[in-house]
Parts: sequence; structure tokens; C-alpha cells
Amino acid sequence: MVRNKTGNRAGHRHLRTAFAAMLLGPGTALAALEWNLQTPVTPVAQQMYDLHAFIFWVCVVIFVAVFGVMFYSIFKHRRSVGHKAHQFHENTTVEIIWTVIPFLILLFMAFPATKTILAMKDTTGPGLTVKVTGYQWKWSYDYLQEGFGFYSNLTTPLAQIENRAPKGEHYLLEVDKPMVVPVDTKVRLLITANDVIHSWWVPAFGVKQDAIPGFVRDTWFRADKPGIYRGQCAELCGKEHGFMPIVVEVKSKGDYAAWVSAQKQNAAAAGDDPNKVWDPKDLIARGEKVFASNCAACHQANGKGVPGAFPALDGSKIVNGPEAAQVALLLNGRPGTAMVSWKQLSDTDLAAVITYTRNSWGNHTGESIGPALIKTARQ
Amino acid sequence: MSSIPHDHATGHAEEPPHAHDDHAHGPHGGIMRWVTTTNHKDIGTLYLCFSLIMFFVGGIMALTIRAELFEPGLQIVHPEFFNSMTTLHGLIMIFGAIMPAAVGFANWMIPMLIGAPDMAFARMNNWSFWLLPPAVILLGVSFFVPGGAAAGGWTLYPPLSTQAGMGMDLTIFAIHIMGASSIMGSINIITTILNLRAPGMTLMKMPLFCWTWLITAYLLVAVMPVLAGAVTMLLTDRHFGTTFFNAAGGGDPVLFQHVFWFFGHPEVYILILPAFGIISSIIPTFARKPLFGYASMVYAVAGIAILSFIVWAHHMFTVGMPAAGLLFFMYATMLIAVPTGVKVFNWLATMWKGEMTFEAPMLFAIGFLFLFTLGGFTGLVLAITPVDIQLQDTYYVVAHFHYVMVAGSLFAFFGGTYYWIPKWTGTMYDERLGKLHFWGSMIFFNITFFPMHFLGLAGMPRRIPDYAQQFADWNMVASIGALGFGLSQLIFLYAVIKCIRGDGAKAPAKPWDGGDTLEWTLPSPPPYHTFETPPVIR
Amino acid sequence: MSAAQSGAKPYYFVPQPSHWPITGSAALLFLGLGAAFWVNGMDAGPWLVGLGFCILLVMLFGWFGTVIGESEGRLYSRRVDRSFRWGMSWFIFSEVMFFAAFFGALFYVRNLSVPDLGSLNSKLLWPDYTAGWPTVGPYLKETFTPMGAMGIPLLNTIILLTSGFTLTVAHHGLTSGHRGQLKIWLLLTILLGATFLGFQAYEYTHAYSELNLKLSSGVYGSTFFMLTGFHGAHVTIGAIMLTVMLGRTVKGHFTPDHHFAFEAAAWYWHFVDVVWLLLFVLVYWLV
Ligand code: HEA
Ligand code: HEA
Ligand code: HEC
Ligand code: CUA
Ligand SMILES: [Cu+2]
Repeated sequence: MVRNKTGNRAGHRHLRTAFAAMLLGPGTALAALEWNLQTPVTPVAQQMYDLHAFIFWVCVVIFVAVFGVMFYSIFKHRRSVGHKAHQFHENTTVEIIWTVIPFLILLFMAFPATKTILAMKDTTGPGLTVKVTGYQWKWSYDYLQEGFGFYSNLTTPLAQIENRAPKGEHYLLEVDKPMVVPVDTKVRLLITANDVIHSWWVPAFGVKQDAIPGFVRDTWFRADKPGIYRGQCAELCGKEHGFMPIVVEVKSKGDYAAWVSAQKQNAAAAGDDPNKVWDPKDLIARGEKVFASNCAACHQANGKGVPGAFPALDGSKIVNGPEAAQVALLLNGRPGTAMVSWKQLSDTDLAAVITYTRNSWGNHTGESIGPALIKTARQ
Repeated sequence: MSSIPHDHATGHAEEPPHAHDDHAHGPHGGIMRWVTTTNHKDIGTLYLCFSLIMFFVGGIMALTIRAELFEPGLQIVHPEFFNSMTTLHGLIMIFGAIMPAAVGFANWMIPMLIGAPDMAFARMNNWSFWLLPPAVILLGVSFFVPGGAAAGGWTLYPPLSTQAGMGMDLTIFAIHIMGASSIMGSINIITTILNLRAPGMTLMKMPLFCWTWLITAYLLVAVMPVLAGAVTMLLTDRHFGTTFFNAAGGGDPVLFQHVFWFFGHPEVYILILPAFGIISSIIPTFARKPLFGYASMVYAVAGIAILSFIVWAHHMFTVGMPAAGLLFFMYATMLIAVPTGVKVFNWLATMWKGEMTFEAPMLFAIGFLFLFTLGGFTGLVLAITPVDIQLQDTYYVVAHFHYVMVAGSLFAFFGGTYYWIPKWTGTMYDERLGKLHFWGSMIFFNITFFPMHFLGLAGMPRRIPDYAQQFADWNMVASIGALGFGLSQLIFLYAVIKCIRGDGAKAPAKPWDGGDTLEWTLPSPPPYHTFETPPVIR
Repeated sequence: MSAAQSGAKPYYFVPQPSHWPITGSAALLFLGLGAAFWVNGMDAGPWLVGLGFCILLVMLFGWFGTVIGESEGRLYSRRVDRSFRWGMSWFIFSEVMFFAAFFGALFYVRNLSVPDLGSLNSKLLWPDYTAGWPTVGPYLKETFTPMGAMGIPLLNTIILLTSGFTLTVAHHGLTSGHRGQLKIWLLLTILLGATFLGFQAYEYTHAYSELNLKLSSGVYGSTFFMLTGFHGAHVTIGAIMLTVMLGRTVKGHFTPDHHFAFEAAAWYWHFVDVVWLLLFVLVYWLV
């Protein structure tokens, strides 16, 4: 279970700041430390922020009052200052007072909270609807009206995670293709998952919604300011749970429209010809990429898998056996295991990844599988 | 375990030593004494020792977590093993450390506090304890089976837990066994309290500790079977083709969460109510005043218990409930602050105008009051649905529950141990060690867990082995604190061992001048069998 | 407790140290380990389960034997008797909560998850699914015929209700000292229980072979077999308890004012009866 640790300079800096924080406490110049909720950029997130601040201060006041009394008592009513115990032990009036007053304070808190809940749950009248799907371990975004969609994968290199390279500014919070939305537009999200429960969370938007496999849950946000906002999957979803960030780019309406038409063109151009006959080398090269972003999380880049959890593909009977079996496995998955169906990949991608697995590591079947075969197998 | 004396020469006020009573059939000697015992004091000791060991085991897992999170990047363990650590840390601390400790206190104290000869079902009492080691063995074995130990969090949410390997099955069976243990233990406690009180010991004269345990036991009997049902459905979903938690067949993963939290929320009060009972014993003793508002304390505990059944979905504010559901569960959850507040205020009123001294038990009680209330307030913040949307599954929640469970339950049990260990062992604990333990725990606890509030607010999810750069500083502080907190617990271990070995001043029958409950009428340590004829309470 | 040996009846009976509990723990350890191995297809599984089960049987015989001996040796005072009453009541309460979890699941799938899967939003994932009950869910393809209420289930309802009555007659026989009446009606109760189980076994084979209704038939199959299966298991346990009571009666145990074991078994039987009524209405009838 032990990983090699290769020098991490940053550590010492943290250590120093940490000690400074402990010694000096609040009030000193600790700009680097985060204390509070992130700056909200949607009306709902703003309400949540204010609500938290309000409740926080109410609690602080009660806390100070209650423990002010306690410490007064501790200092005055102790034996070492010669105080003698008074033997009272009942008083119905005070009991009623300290039942009713907290109750009233709670009513006072519940009121604004109720308003926010009602606002939060109102998903009517969206300007844009995006379907969001959680996978182990990436997100996909489908722009239902525009008719395109894409996956969004973590891009932080393994070297940074394993401390072999210095960590970048957006370490673990960076993806290849962020979700893009227009500013000042009510965006309705239809959230679901493909395998286990994930949770789509962007703090600046005040949105956290569990993605539940087989069910669709909706939520919404309206961003006030263009910019790039980052969040993370917030429900334990297996071993890479810490490594499936969410990045949303809020663009001006014009930029957004331009982005949409570019996406549509790309989608058309990338629509590979399913009947194309590929050069095995190109297919394998493409397969390697597909493998890295879809399969390596479980089966590992070296094809060895994780013993006991994820089988090795290197030397696997299926991968070295008849190709139809592997095609069927990838299209259908194995129900009840982490190996889900991959039918959402394109014919070409599936053909490429199968060809890649059958000709990598210790596997040398020499076969090359064309997209046409996948197409037939799908029917 | 020092020798527990068998002489009955030292009777006590109400009970003259009986002449016929020669105990020819006393306990077995050696290890068999502990394996076969039907004596509530022996069984209490077993529970307490077991819980201490499990606390250290769970603590070592916590330290593994904190070591990995010391700085960003993956250093020490693989993510999957990290998840197993989190899962097993949660399960072991809750089911292995805190609950057995509470049952240990119940076993030792309840018969002595109500003047009963032993627990109502003394043989079954033995089984309740001896079911725990098999359960822990199953959990231990799960580390070595293909796929490793359960790694889906202590909440075991499907479908992640449906996906998992054999370790999950072992965990499921371990939970079944621990559930059986808890149910039997609880039935025993309820029956003892309802049926074996000494003459004159009316329910409303019982020390509050008995009340809190009576209600806790009721909660346990009500919710442990529900947990058993939940994990049973998980098992059949995994292996027998049912689809309770699988949309493909018309089921719903969220169904598991409802059933789990129907158990899980009352469970957290199961962890805290016995602690309330201990605090209610300590504070009057050291304030040298009777407990303020005894009756309202009883009603408050009952109120908390009743409310605890209708708030469970506050753990599920982000699953996408309709607004009506969110509102109901928010209001119900907020209401719990009222009876809990009554308890806090009554404790303060007990201290008010008292004649306080500050030995280790009292220090821990005050630490409890202060930090538990803080944790209660963060609970209230989480209860506000819109705020919880931002904080659910972040370190803010981790901070909240360690404030209520570590500085709450655990501190109360530390206090309770110092309070009663002179009675249990006949030896006074070392006051200097006790104070040192308190201050070490108090300071390092806050260094460990207070920064987690900031991490959660800033957006750090829980159950992750690696995190973004902006969380680095507070994580480092927390990890340093955890090391210090862990080391402080070695002081406790040492202090306890000293008492067990009889290394310290001999404890009088009543070491605390303020104590006025029945146990102080017995010698320290009490004879092997107490109250074979019941004392009479005026 | 030794006071017992020295003649005087103790205020409260506290048993001697006993090795039965640890035996039971060993049994459960093997059962747990074995079951986990078994469901994962390991060869050691069935053997470990078998071993655990044997140990469990030995333990049950030994432990209950000891308790019966103590009871017949009149070591139990009134107060002990009252403890047993509290204990059994709370045990039954815990069983009620166990069933509540499954009834809750049934309620939830019927009223919340299945309708949700047929809702407008869900069309995105399951375009062709229409919610209804019974259902195999939106994805499973194999269909089945649900179990009708008016055939065997109705008969079984009548059988169980009758058995509740016969048991009460037996109890009257016991309290009024008519041991012949006790034996006959108790035997009748057990036979009714066995008939119930026989019918249920028949119903299950019928479901599997003719209705294509299986444990894996979506949530309908899951809830149906889980609820009726656990109920059946409880009927079996209850019938075993009653059989032990019959054996003890034949041996001459129990007197009109000292027979709590019999009453406990009867309470249990009535509890199982009530659960069945709920099952009949909620699982079979209101489809
Ligand atoms: C000992 C255990 C314990 C206790 C006592 C509590 C007590 C409370 N808890 Fe906590 N809780 C947990 C253990 C506990 N909790 C655990 C383990 C989890 C996480 C589980 C997991 O996900 O792994 C959790 C999670 C949790 C959540 C879910 C968070 C999330 O996952 O999003 C919520 C939300 O409502 C919550 C709320 C509360 C509330 C309102 C109380 C209240 O009972 C607190 C009441 C006390 C006070 C309020 C202070 C005293 C009162 C006064 C001085 C009176 C005056 C006060 C006012 C008028 C405000 N808890
Ligand atoms: C009452 C129960 C209890 C207790 C006492 C504790 C005690 C501690 N917990 Fe625990 N914790 C939980 C219950 C508890 N926890 C639960 C339920 C979860 C949720 C699990 C989940 O998400 O599923 C959790 C999760 C949890 C997390 C989040 C993990 C994650 O989300 O990935 C963290 C992280 O810091 C943590 C830390 C600690 C620490 C540092 C302690 C310390 O207090 C421990 C101190 C004790 C020791 C350290 C051992 C004693 C000393 C020695 C063995 C001597 C050797 C020591 C040294 C050399 C220093 N806990
Ligand atoms: C979430 C984890 C996960 C991902 C991602 C994943 N797999 Fe798998 N895969 C599994 C598991 C688990 C199994 C074993 C299933 C079983 O127990 O039968 C498996 C089995 C297989 C097998 C059969 C191996 C054998 O010898 O039985 C092949 C081939 C395979 N996967 C290929 C792939 C390919 C290609 C991809 C990417 C497109 C992929 N997998 C992505 C988890 C995963
Ligand atoms: Cu996806 Cu966590
Ligand atoms: Cu809760």
C-alpha cells in the first residue's frame, strides 16, 4: 500500500503557514487561508451565503451569552474562592422561559430559510436545459436542444498527483472540456448517473444535486458574472471520487452562441465514417487515448488492473479470445459489477479501444477490429 | 484486571452481610472467568476494555487518514485503501468504541444505581458482549479478502456498495451480529430498569443516567432491526437478484438512504444520550448541588428521542426531495435544539451558585458542555436546508460530528471513567495525569477539528484522499492536531492502567464529597455481588 | 447464585457462569464467515455454515435445556417471571421493527420510486416505461403473473387465524388444568402451522414454475418474496417453539400458574399471525 514519495518542496511552505496560523490566530495576514463560503455568483447562492452569515451570528450571540454565564459561574461559584452551595433545584418559570425563547429564535431562523428553499426548488422557465450524467469517474454534458454533448475528464497529470511534478494552479480542479453556459440565463440541469451515485456541486452557484442512477433530478442556476467556476463530485463514488471535478465556464451571450455553433460543426466533422477501413496503427493510437480516458481508471494504464477489484486485461481470456465476446461485453457490460456498458462510445472509439487492448502489453492477437463490426453488433 | 475481592465483610448501610452466603460457586479462575462470567461488573469491565482497544484501532485508522491528508498529492496509501480506512474508522468508532463504552458504563453502574442484584438476564448479558469479538473478526478478515475491506463509507450507500467485493458481505454480517448484540443488551437494560429497582426507587427517583439509558435502549430496540433490514436488502441485491435499490427493476438507491437514516439519526442520539446521563451525574457532584430541573431533564430526553424518529432525511437534503419534504425535515430537525437547549441550561443552572471544584471528571464535563454545544450549533447550521446544500458531504459535516461525538460522547466517557474508576478499581486515579489528559485533549481536539469548519465552508468534500491546493494549510493544521490528540490518549491509557494495577491512593467508599447516589454507599471496589437483598430507598 | 444452593430462595436468580454464550458466539462467527464465503462462491462456505449451524444447535439445546431445568427446579421467582415477560415483549417489538423496514420498502417503491420512474423527467432515460403495480421495472424484460390473493393466500389466512384460536383453547386447557385439552389443541395448532408452511412451499413452486414470478422479478418479486419469506421463516420458528412446548407438556412441565415459556411462544405465534394479516392485505390483496 505504500507509495514512493518523491520530494515535495511545497510541504515546507505549508508547514510554516500552518504554524503561523496556529500561533497568531485570526486577525493576522493570512490571505491564503480560506475561512468562509466561496463568493456566490447566483442569486440562490447569495441567499445561501447570507442565510449562513445570519445563522452564524445568531449562534455566536447565543453561544457567548450562554458560556458567558457558565464562565462567570465557574469563576465565582467555586470552592477555592469560598463560595457555598445553594441547594435550589427547581423553578418552573425559568424552565418555561428557556423552552420558549429558543423556540422563538428558531422561528426567526426558519422564515428566511423557507423562502430560499422555495426559490431553490423552482425550476420553471429555463432558457437552456443541459443533461448532466455522472460516470465513474467523469461527467458528461448533453445540450438537449442543440443536439450535441461531450465528456469532461480530469486533466491533472498523474505526475502531479504522485508528487513527481510540481502541482499546477488548478490542481485536481481542471478538465479537458468544461461545461459552457451563457451568463444571466436560467440553466436547468437534468442530473442523472450511469453507475453509482455522484453529486454535481459548484459552490459558487449554490447547486449541489445528487446524480442517482436510473432517476433524473432537476435543479437550476443563473450565473450573474462570466468566469470559470470550479467544483467537485460530492458523493463518494469509488476510488477516484476525489478526482472528478466539475468546471463551468460562464460566457457572455455572444461568446456562448459562437461556442455552440463551433460545437455543432465539430460534432459534424468528428462524426467518423463508420465504414472507414482503418490502418491498424492509427486505430491503436486512437484506442490508447480512448483507453486512457475511459478504462485506465480501473484496468490501469499498464493493463494489470487492481487485483481483487478490477481484472487485468493483460493476458485476459476475453481479450485474447474470440472478438465477438469482447465486443458484446463492452456493449452490454456485466450487470452487477463496475464494468458497465460502454455503448455510449462511438463505433470508432469502441473499435479502437478493443483493437488497442488486443494488441497491447502482453496481448498480441494481431487482430484489427473495424467500426463496421461494432455497428453490426449493436443491432 | 486486579483481583476483585470476594469478602463480604464490608456490607453497607442498608444491607447487612448475609451469613449463609459463602459463594462456593464463585467465578471460574483465569481466562475462563471472563469468558463465562454472568456478573454485571465483569461484563462491564469487558465492554470497557474492548471499547478502549477499538478506540485505539479506529484511532490508528484516523491517523492514517490524517497522514495521507497532511499535504496534497497521494503519498501513503492508495485511494481505495484510503476509502476503506474512512469506512472502517467510522464503523469501528461508532459500533466498536462509543456504543460498547456506553454499554460498559450501563453494565457497571445501572444495577448499582438502582439497587439491583445484577442485570435481569445475566447469561444473555454475557452473550451480548461476546458477540462483539466475532463481529470485529469479520471486519478484520475483510481486509484480507479479494477486493479488500468495505470502502463505501460507513453509510454503505448502494449502488457503490452493490459493486463492492466480498469485504462488503463480511461487513454486512458483522453488522447483523453487532445488531443482535445491541438488541439483546438493550432488552436487558430495559428489563433491569423496569423490573429490578430496589423498593422505594421509583422511576422519578432514579439517577438520570438510568433514564437516559432506558430511553437509549428503547431507541436501540426500535432502530437496530431496521438497520438489519437495510443491510439484508443490500445482501439480496448483491447476490440474489433482488432490485430494491436498482432502478432497472423499479427500485431506488435512495430507498436505502431512507431506511439507513431511519436507523442512523436515532443512532446518533444513542451515542449521545448515555453521555448526557454521565454529565448529569458528574456536574451535581462537583457543584455540590442537586441536579437542577430533574423532571424537565427526563422530559427533554424523551422529547429528543421522539423527535429523532422524524428528522432522518436531513442527511438527504441533496438527493432531490420535493420542497414539502425539505421543509418538513428542516423544521423537525431545528426543533431538536429546544429539548437539547433545556438540558444545557439545566446543567448551567446546576453549576450556578454551587461550590465547584475542578477534578478531571468535572473538567471533562465542562469541556463537554462547551464543545458539544458548539457541535450542536453547527448541527443547527446544517439543519437549515439551503445552507446544508453547500455543506453536505464536506468537512463541515466532519467537523460537526466530531464535535458532538468526540468532544461530546467521548469526553463524557473520559469524564465518567475518572468519576467512577475509583469505585471500579478501588484505586484513585492520578489527578495530575487526568488534568494533563484533559488539557491535551481539549487543545489538540480543537486544533484538529476546528479548521475542518473552514475547509468545509471553502468547499472541501469529505472522503477524498487528495485535495486542491487551497485546502492545504488547514489540512496540515488538522493533521498535526490529530497526532497531538492521539498522543494525549496515551496519557489516558497510562492513567487507567495505573488504577487497574492498584498503583495509587486507596479509594474510599465515597471519594467525592458531593456524590449522593447508591454506588457511593458500597465499598470501593464493591464486592463481587452487590445488593443480593435490595436496599430500601426512602 | 449460591443462595439457591443453600436452600433459601434468592431475591433474584442470577445464573452461574456459563459457556453457552461463547459457544453461540463461535457459531455465529462461523455462520458469518461461511455465509460470506458461500455467497461469493467459495468452496469453504457451505462447510463453515454447516459447522456454525451445528454449533448453534448444540448451543440452543444446551442453553434452553439449562433454562428449562432452572425453571422446573423452581429457581425463578415472580420477579424473574416478570423479567421474562418484559424481555419477550421487547423482543417482539424488535421483530415488529424488522418487518417495518420491509413494509416501508414496499410502501416506498409502490408510492414513490415506481411512479417516479414513469414520470415525465424519467422519459429521458426510460422512454417506454409506464408506471404501475406490479412491475418488473423499466429495464428488466422478463414478465410474470402476480400472485392472486383469493386462492392459497386466503386459505392460508384462514388457517393461521384458526391456529390462533386453537392455541388460545390450548392455553385455556393449561390454565384450567385440563392437560388433555392442552395437548390436543396444541398439537392441532402445530399441524395448522405446518399446513400453512406446506401451502406456502407449494405457492412458491407454483410462482417459480408457472407464473415466472421470482425473487429477481423486479421490485414486485423482491418485496413479495422478502416479506413472505421472512414471515415464513418466523412461522417456522414459531412452530418449532410450539413443538418444544408440546414436548415439555408431554414430559409434565408447566402448571396453571407457572408456564411463561408457553405464553411466550403463544405471544410469538399471535405476532406472526398479525404480520400475516398485514401481508395478506398489503402484499396479496391491494395489488
Ligand atoms: C452524537 C452524535 C450527534 C448529535 C448529538 C448530533 C446532533 C445534531 N445534528 Fe448531527 N450528525 C452526526 C452526529 C450527531 N449529530 C453525524 C455522525 C453526522 C454525519 C453522518 C454521516 O453523514 O456520516 C451528522 C450529520 C448531521 C446533519 C447532516 C449533514 C449533512 O450530511 O449534510 C445534520 C443536518 O441537519 C445534522 C444536524 C444535527 C442537529 C440539528 C443536531 C442537534 O441535536 C443539536 C442540538 C444542540 C444544540 C442546538 C446546542 C444546544 C442548544 C442550546 C444552547 C439552545 C439554544 C439554541 C438555539 C435556539 C439555536 N447532523
Ligand atoms: C465517535 C466516533 C469517532 C471518533 C472518536 C473519531 C475520532 C477521530 N476521527 Fe473520525 N469519523 C467518525 C467517527 C469518529 N471519529 C465517523 C463516523 C466518520 C465518517 C466515516 C465515513 O465518512 O464513512 C469519521 C471520519 C473522519 C474523517 C474524514 C475522513 C474522510 O472523509 O475521508 C477524519 C479526517 O480527519 C477523521 C479524523 C478523526 C480523528 C483524527 C480522530 C481522533 O479523535 C482519533 C484519536 C485517537 C487516536 C489517534 C488513537 C489513540 C492513540 C494511539 C493509538 C497512540 C498512537 C498515537 C500516536 C503515535 C500519535 N474522522
Ligand atoms: C469502473 C471501473 C471500470 C471501467 C472504467 C472499465 N472497466 Fe472493464 N471491468 C471492470 C470490472 C469490475 C470487470 C470485471 C467484471 C466481472 O467481475 O465480471 C471488468 C471486466 C472487463 C473485461 C473482461 C476481463 C476478463 O478477463 O473477464 C474487459 C475486456 C474489460 N473490462 C474492458 C474494459 C474496457 C475496454 C474499458 C473502457 C472502455 C473498461 N473495461 C472500463 C471495471 C471497469
Ligand atoms: Cu463521483 Cu464522487
Ligand atoms: Cu441526523
